[in-house]
Amino acid sequence: MSERIFKGRVVVKGSVSAEALVSKGGFNTLASYQHSLMFGDKKGKCSDQNNADLYKREMAGKALCLPQTIGSTTGGLVLYCASCMGRQPACLLFSKEIDSLAAAGAVLSAVWTDNPMPTIDGLGDDFLSYVQTGDKITVMEDGSVKVER
Amino acid sequence: MELTKRQQDILDGKEGDVKAKVMKTLIMYGETFGSTRMADITGEYGHLVTSFGLSVMKPVYDLMDTLIEGGAISSQKFSVDPRPLEDVVPRNFIQNIFFKVMYSKQKDYDAQLKKLGILSDDAYTCTCYMDEVGNCPKKGDILSWAESSAVVYANSILGARCNRNSGILDLFGSIVGCVPYFGLLTDEGRKADWLIEVRTSRKPEAQLLGSAIGMKVMEDVPYIVGMDRYFTSLDDEAKAYFKDFGAATASNGAVGLYHVESLTPEAVEEGRALLKEGYKTFVIDDEVLKATEMNYPIIWKDKNAHPKLAFIGCPHLSYAQLVSWTNRIGDALKSKGMKNVSIDTVMTAAPAVLKEFKKSEEYGRLTGYGVKLSYICPLMYMNNPMCGSMPVVTCSNKLRTYTSARYFREEKLLDIITGGAL
Repeated sequence: MSERIFKGRVVVKGSVSAEALVSKGGFNTLASYQHSLMFGDKKGKCSDQNNADLYKREMAGKALCLPQTIGSTTGGLVLYCASCMGRQPACLLFSKEIDSLAAAGAVLSAVWTDNPMPTIDGLGDDFLSYVQTGDKITVMEDGSVKVER
Repeated sequence: MELTKRQQDILDGKEGDVKAKVMKTLIMYGETFGSTRMADITGEYGHLVTSFGLSVMKPVYDLMDTLIEGGAISSQKFSVDPRPLEDVVPRNFIQNIFFKVMYSKQKDYDAQLKKLGILSDDAYTCTCYMDEVGNCPKKGDILSWAESSAVVYANSILGARCNRNSGILDLFGSIVGCVPYFGLLTDEGRKADWLIEVRTSRKPEAQLLGSAIGMKVMEDVPYIVGMDRYFTSLDDEAKAYFKDFGAATASNGAVGLYHVESLTPEAVEEGRALLKEGYKTFVIDDEVLKATEMNYPIIWKDKNAHPKLAFIGCPHLSYAQLVSWTNRIGDALKSKGMKNVSIDTVMTAAPAVLKEFKKSEEYGRLTGYGVKLSYICPLMYMNNPMCGSMPVVTCSNKLRTYTSARYFREEKLLDIITGGAL
């Protein structure tokens, strides 16, 4: 058993524990959520064929660890819909500074839904190098992120 | 965040609780990026990315109802992305049933858009900046747009200023008439992080070059050199090329602005002074493009299947591109002794562009070859699982990214639709 703690900036405050799901490359929100939102998949199985880390993995309730999001400007809207439908990740953990589309999704979910996603950015490249899919993640309100395996 | 009196009044609820919540959302969003003020929108029209009445997107339509009921209507007229369906596009009985279920909210959503402020019944396109459509911002205009390909075009080719706003936030900005000042709205945010040297042996395919650059720079700003060998000014051909190029940079990466040396407005004015100190360099040659293309996954069930449908026009084609495709298809058919395209081929463009094209001599020729013209969004067509499971070919890297459509360069796609093998 080992653990490390990383510190980032709080974008949306909250505390949560969840299993890590790690995308080493940019997370294409529309491509990832397209099928699960359209076809009633409550587990949010990733449909982005270009993301070998996540393709066909379940995203709902996971601690999504990523550098940034990429792709369509529906990104924030897609995260908002996922939150309204209860298919959102448990939290969003960015190694880099959050991008404008993900920020929109995080803020929309926080202001307009009952399912806000605690969101931390700026956790550093070291965080994304260290964390592995399946690790236990604990997010604290001050922006600390504990990774245990 | 420092607000003007009007902005503070909105936040304080003097124009209603819903508008106050809209303003609160924009402020929270802006503060995430260190924004200290809101900038007034100066562009005449907005542009929204959400154009589809998907039955499962109920939360969006509920939110629209909340806005309408709360009096939070757009302060400016807007265009919106393409509609998902049109009868002219091939579909069988089963596919049609799926479409009816999937897009059962389309009429309701169209009615919501009318109440919120859509420009006209024809204002559905991802290329709202075409002359025929008329939503073409001026250099320096501040915009509240979404649609990644339109944002990157407005910033790069027109010199307008717009962040990569998300759907919903695009409308929020238009409602309160201002957007948080940060990122691509600022001079500093428009400086380039990358010098991209294009050293290919011939003019690169626009959507392949855009893909390679997008995947490399992600959301950074690239300054591209070497394209002056192929373009001397931003004429119709160049604008169409960079429309397609930009769409690929934005969908394969997250590019919101690029500069092209000697061509795009800010690069013409400022040249390499646009490069940030410590910028990175990336060289693109034939090998890089080949490797990029080779890495695209093919997710057809039968990789050797004969294509059933071809889509050309994601993003929507310009008038000049429709004319060019007419001539190229005509020449290819003639050289092969054929009269019609050999697989269903759909070309998509803005309703207003199609209206103009229908007046031309090329329209009769193109439709005479069996090509179908439509205003739909091919991506929304492919979202139908009964369509997504078909072997569909395209020269759009954006369509490839979001669907099972298989990408081919334009020359190869032309060969395929005129009887050639994969």
